[in-house]
Amino acid sequence: MDLNKKFTPETWPEHPERATLEAKNKFVGFWLFLGGETILFATLFATYMALKNKGPSGFGFSTQELYQLPLVFVMTLLLLTSSLTSVYAMHHMKNYNFKKMQLWLAITAFLGLCFLGLEVYEFSHYVKEGFTFGNSAFSSSFFTLVGTHGFHVAIGLVWVTLLLLRNAKRGLNLYNATKYYTFSLYWHFIDVVWVFIFTVVYLMGVIG
Amino acid sequence: MMKGLKKWRLFSLLAVLTVFLAGCGQQELSTLLPAGQVGKDQFKLLMLSSGIMLFVILVVVVIYVVALIRFRRSKLGEDFVPEQVEGSHKLELVWTIIPIILIIILAVPTVYYTYKLGDVKAMEEVDDEGNAKHLVVDVTAKLYWWEFEYPDLGIVTAQELVVPTKEKVFFNLKAADVKHSFWIPAIGGKLDTNVENLNKFFLTFDQESKGLKDGVFYGKCAELCGPSHSLMDFKVKTLPRDEFNAWAKNMKATADETPVANAAGEEVFKQSCITCHATSGAGSSGAPGPNLAAFGDRNRVAGFLDHDEEHLKEWIKNPQKVKPGNKMPSFENQLSDQELDDLAEYLLGLSVEQ
Amino acid sequence: MSSVAQKRGFGAALWDWMTTVDHKKIGILYLIGGGFFFVVGGIEAMIIRLQLLKPNNDLVSAGLFNDLITMHGTTMIFLAAMPILFGFMNYIMPLQIGARDVAFPFINSLGFWMFFFGGLFLNISWLIGQVPDAGWTSYASLSLASTGHGIDFYAIGLQIAGGGTLMAGINFLVTIINMRAPGMTYMRMPLFTWTTFVASAMILFAFPPLTVGLFFLTFDRMFGGNFFDHQMGGNTIIWEHIFWIFGHPEVYILILPAFGIFSEIFSIFSRKRLFGYPAMVFATVLIGFLGFMVWAHHMFTVGLGPTANAIFAVATMAIAVPTGVKIFNWLLTIWGGSIVLTTPMLYALGFIPSFVMGGVTGVMQGAAPLDYQLHDSYFIVAHFHYVIVGGVVLAILAGVHLYWPKMFGTMLSETLGKITFVFFFVGFHCTFLIQHWLGFWGMPRRVWTYMDGQGWNTANLISSIGALLMAIGVIVLVINIIMTTVKNVRIGNDPWGDGRTLEWAIPSPPPFYNFTQTPLVRGLDTVWIEKQEGNATGLTFAEPVTDIHMPNGSIIPFFMTFGLFIAGFGAMFHQETSWGLPVLILGLAWTFVSMAMRSVKDDLGFHVTKEEIQRDINNAHKGGQN
Repeated sequence: MDLNKKFTPETWPEHPERATLEAKNKFVGFWLFLGGETILFATLFATYMALKNKGPSGFGFSTQELYQLPLVFVMTLLLLTSSLTSVYAMHHMKNYNFKKMQLWLAITAFLGLCFLGLEVYEFSHYVKEGFTFGNSAFSSSFFTLVGTHGFHVAIGLVWVTLLLLRNAKRGLNLYNATKYYTFSLYWHFIDVVWVFIFTVVYLMGVIG
Repeated sequence: MMKGLKKWRLFSLLAVLTVFLAGCGQQELSTLLPAGQVGKDQFKLLMLSSGIMLFVILVVVVIYVVALIRFRRSKLGEDFVPEQVEGSHKLELVWTIIPIILIIILAVPTVYYTYKLGDVKAMEEVDDEGNAKHLVVDVTAKLYWWEFEYPDLGIVTAQELVVPTKEKVFFNLKAADVKHSFWIPAIGGKLDTNVENLNKFFLTFDQESKGLKDGVFYGKCAELCGPSHSLMDFKVKTLPRDEFNAWAKNMKATADETPVANAAGEEVFKQSCITCHATSGAGSSGAPGPNLAAFGDRNRVAGFLDHDEEHLKEWIKNPQKVKPGNKMPSFENQLSDQELDDLAEYLLGLSVEQ
Repeated sequence: MSSVAQKRGFGAALWDWMTTVDHKKIGILYLIGGGFFFVVGGIEAMIIRLQLLKPNNDLVSAGLFNDLITMHGTTMIFLAAMPILFGFMNYIMPLQIGARDVAFPFINSLGFWMFFFGGLFLNISWLIGQVPDAGWTSYASLSLASTGHGIDFYAIGLQIAGGGTLMAGINFLVTIINMRAPGMTYMRMPLFTWTTFVASAMILFAFPPLTVGLFFLTFDRMFGGNFFDHQMGGNTIIWEHIFWIFGHPEVYILILPAFGIFSEIFSIFSRKRLFGYPAMVFATVLIGFLGFMVWAHHMFTVGLGPTANAIFAVATMAIAVPTGVKIFNWLLTIWGGSIVLTTPMLYALGFIPSFVMGGVTGVMQGAAPLDYQLHDSYFIVAHFHYVIVGGVVLAILAGVHLYWPKMFGTMLSETLGKITFVFFFVGFHCTFLIQHWLGFWGMPRRVWTYMDGQGWNTANLISSIGALLMAIGVIVLVINIIMTTVKNVRIGNDPWGDGRTLEWAIPSPPPFYNFTQTPLVRGLDTVWIEKQEGNATGLTFAEPVTDIHMPNGSIIPFFMTFGLFIAGFGAMFHQETSWGLPVLILGLAWTFVSMAMRSVKDDLGFHVTKEEIQRDINNAHKGGQN
């Protein structure tokens, strides 16, 4: 593949993310990978639901007392917004507007970082209250489910940062277009998983 | 000539019968010679499914052999090019529908028996006076022994399950440490003893164990539970109801008085053994070591060794060597030979059956 | 190829294999790695059978016996059967669809190294003397109670190897979806490609639960988690569910490619098109689908209740239908064909009765109330060895003989091959047939020894003798491989004479770019069609000779995996040593930095020029047909 091939918005293909065989492979492969990730999270969810509120005899924590919806609501807003901003970024990528894509991806990353910060705060708050990872089956399954999601966010942040830095001066080409695109897919996936966590863990925990 | 033929017939019949019986295994632990209704139901399913499956195998083998004989290149010639048949919808339908029918024939009794054998509602039933209608035994599986408590009778025993014949006996199964599985092959299929929940099922014992080779049915642990999994055997004694009642009464009586075959041995026992083992059969489960109230009546030491003084002493001296990973400490350096002799005599005298 | 390697010296050759991203070389690496672990697992099996040769035997201790059964099962499933099948998939599948490599050559290499280091990690437990001992299923209460680091080796080793498997699965899927040659529609794909496709899809959905389950186990044992500790509110049954949600599809992941190999063999050596190809494809997909619906039949005796047991019993029996469809289609393939008894065909013919036996005993165990008797007895040992050995291992041995000439350009001896078959086949039935009865007679599985006087002695003796015969068969195979390699008689494109699919129309071994020009596929069994129409090469091309784009080799997969390998030891020892935690962090950091390197470094591959390819074509012509 020729990295130096120059495009204009007119010659830029309609689907730059799958314009070459390599790109098409990555595109399909990544979708399949997300299929596997779905099963991974499904298993974590199932385990969490089975172990929710379960602890040693005399166990003092329950979902009702533990969770604070306002904080989680702010986190949800941050992540949902970041998903939207990544859509803008892809819109500009498809229109061959490199600068604007960079800007929107940076905003996406910033929102993700804020989310992660709040999650770290939330976790440390629980730990301070004595709800540690090894405290009970409930705490283990909670931290594993939500923590695995948080880990995915962190990986996404490192990924997009590397992408932006590496390609800062190179502009768009058919080689990196797929990389941006798969990142945005990944980011949407993380967002969807969070919607489920918000519903199943927090909402159903407090209300149900 | 005729006579010779007859003799030969008789002989071959006997031979077939021997092979067949040998193929059935030993009465005290073979699933092929079921001695209880549950095992018989399961055996019926075995016969039905084997029949269907032998039919399937037969069909496959016939087609296979004929094809192998008829369509060899050595017969057809090196240059023979067969017709490239694509397939046949009719045939595909045939070998889809016939297996479906066969499976339905098997599935219906399967579902029926699954519910029949899983029905433990009767467990809770009580008569007018509030007494339980059926015998319930609480089984606790431990590394590597079995504890049997009869909550309604107020007695507990270990390693040798005693049950009445010709009635449903219900079981509550639980494991105290790691998962085990409770299996009496000749009586009926197994059920796991889990660590976190109670499993319930029932068995019926149609045959008295007295006539068997060792006078007991064999029970096994069927779930890998550590080094001595293979040695975690137990025995089952089945008695007619009145004998069972008498046994239960005697067990209860051990609370007040236990037979003392050797007084010195009793002293040793009180010094060294009593923290883990009880000699009173009255009580409930939860002891660190097996209850020994009926030890003298048992069939095996530690579930699998011959029941005599020599093996008993071997066991007490070094339990880890005999049954690696069990929880009993070694007494090799703590008891003198004399003390061991006394203790063994005392233990073998603990009986409720005289 | 090999002479070039010799000229470059051993170090360069080693480097070449460590950095290769060529699907054919990776396929061979998988075969070597899997073959090695197959021998290890086989030795473990032999010791098991020697211990059970007679009652009250004390050849090995009770603890060591549990180590052996655990490692035998784990090794054979994860480190022998799967990698060897992956070897065939890697080598053959791209050739069958007319591709020049798999979709992600880099990830392909990564997958191999993860399998290899995972297997190595697991087996290092033997050196330390703390070996996994809770059975290949590692049920939670026992695996938590197990002392030493045995189960830690299991959890981390399988985690690493399992990650590699997942990558390989996605890779094969994308390859088949995107990289089929022009004209190779889904319904023209050879059946081995189809089974690879379905097995890969199953890997994609079955392995994530295993990943999660192993993480839970790792957390519980090494990081203070409480998923399975019931005193802390945990639940051991969760492990059983997760394990079998993975574990049941896993056995289909193994058997489907085996079905694929046999389908090729029946067709080739009967000189006849596969009977009922669409039905075969449909049955494969259906088996893959149903494979996810029946996991709880491994748990009939756990106490899930009659309703769950009844549902899973019926669902289990349903799988017999598509499997039966396959058996009969194979029978009708050889029916009316021109059967020649080559070694691969012998294995295929041996497979049918053996696998039918294993299949029907599977249905018997599907009848839940009957399974209460059969579960965890020697009957189940007999059953799964009939399907795994009678199905998968026979397929592997058949595949080795069938594809050896394609992979190495020289034929394995047919005589020795047949001797191997006879020993292995007779030994196999001798070992496992009698075990059905041992189960009926009340012998539980996984027993270290058994008392005299239970009527099991003769049967166990027979079984052990059978195991010995199987071992002799494998030894003859090894001798065969060595002799063949030494003699090195070169052969042509289609040594069996009746090859029907694309791999038989290119040189043996194929050039590293596989096809000089991308082939045009004109139907099912395209090479056969071409040859019937008088095109002796068996190929029609879809493009003129052009430059070919190929991927660069890379050492990064090796490094990435090595980091995980190191991190594994850190995780294992972090509780009792001060170096554990730093090593864990360092290992993971090493992996992530390698990953970032890969991400940041442009890797655009290279081109094989038109001229080079033309030269290869001319050379091939000069050398005649061969």
